[in-house]
Amino acid sequence: MKVTPCCFFHRSRVADKVQITADRIEPDKLRDELLDRGAGAYVSFEGWIRDHNDGQEVLRLEYEVYEPVAIKEGEKVIEEARKKFPLLHVACVHRSGLLEIGECAVWVGVTSAHRDEAFEACRYIIDQVKVRLPIWKKEHYVEGHSGWVNCERCAEHGHDHSVMSRS
Amino acid sequence: MTKKIKVRYFAGFRESAGIDEEELSLDVSTAGEVFAQLQHRHGSSEPLGHCKVAINDEMADWDSSVHEGDTVLLFPPVAGG
Repeated sequence: MKVTPCCFFHRSRVADKVQITADRIEPDKLRDELLDRGAGAYVSFEGWIRDHNDGQEVLRLEYEVYEPVAIKEGEKVIEEARKKFPLLHVACVHRSGLLEIGECAVWVGVTSAHRDEAFEACRYIIDQVKVRLPIWKKEHYVEGHSGWVNCERCAEHGHDHSVMSRS
Repeated sequence: MTKKIKVRYFAGFRESAGIDEEELSLDVSTAGEVFAQLQHRHGSSEPLGHCKVAINDEMADWDSSVHEGDTVLLFPPVAGG
């Protein structure tokens, strides 16, 4: 008799988490939600707020998120990752609001039977999240001004938006 | 043909426009035409390919059709993570 891995391990499928939060991200707690007896690999990514960008000293960062579309697009990214790689559990959490240097801005975690697919899926998800979800960050600089990252020519009047990101 | 639509601005676009959203009657057929006609609002000379658009909370393309009553969301270049 053919037994599928899912039935074999009596594993109930936990819904993939895509979340936007104004609260501090706690990677250890998020990791524990992915624990699975069938997992041989866990790979996570944490994006942190650094104190400089493009030669300027950064004081803090402000994230604006349009949640209805960010959640839908995040779910699409995870669905794509699941089609590409055999994964057990996947979750992604992104912060909104004002963040200080050193804080975790985004967390991605995946579990799978083997490490190759866990590494690749984690990389795929964070790369897509950065370029597809409607999330914007404004850097506040030590020197007092601020700028929207990646928005080089967004507004030619009123503000300084001459910032490009390499994060 | 003139259509009544709602337009929402985000991040740098919102700051430039000075408003979150507005209801307009525009002679447009695509999302790209909405962006072009509202240049004086969002103030962007960013290439369209760097920006994104959603219609009624679904990601769309710049050549997607805009219909009467739609809400068009204009997204400046994103920068998550």
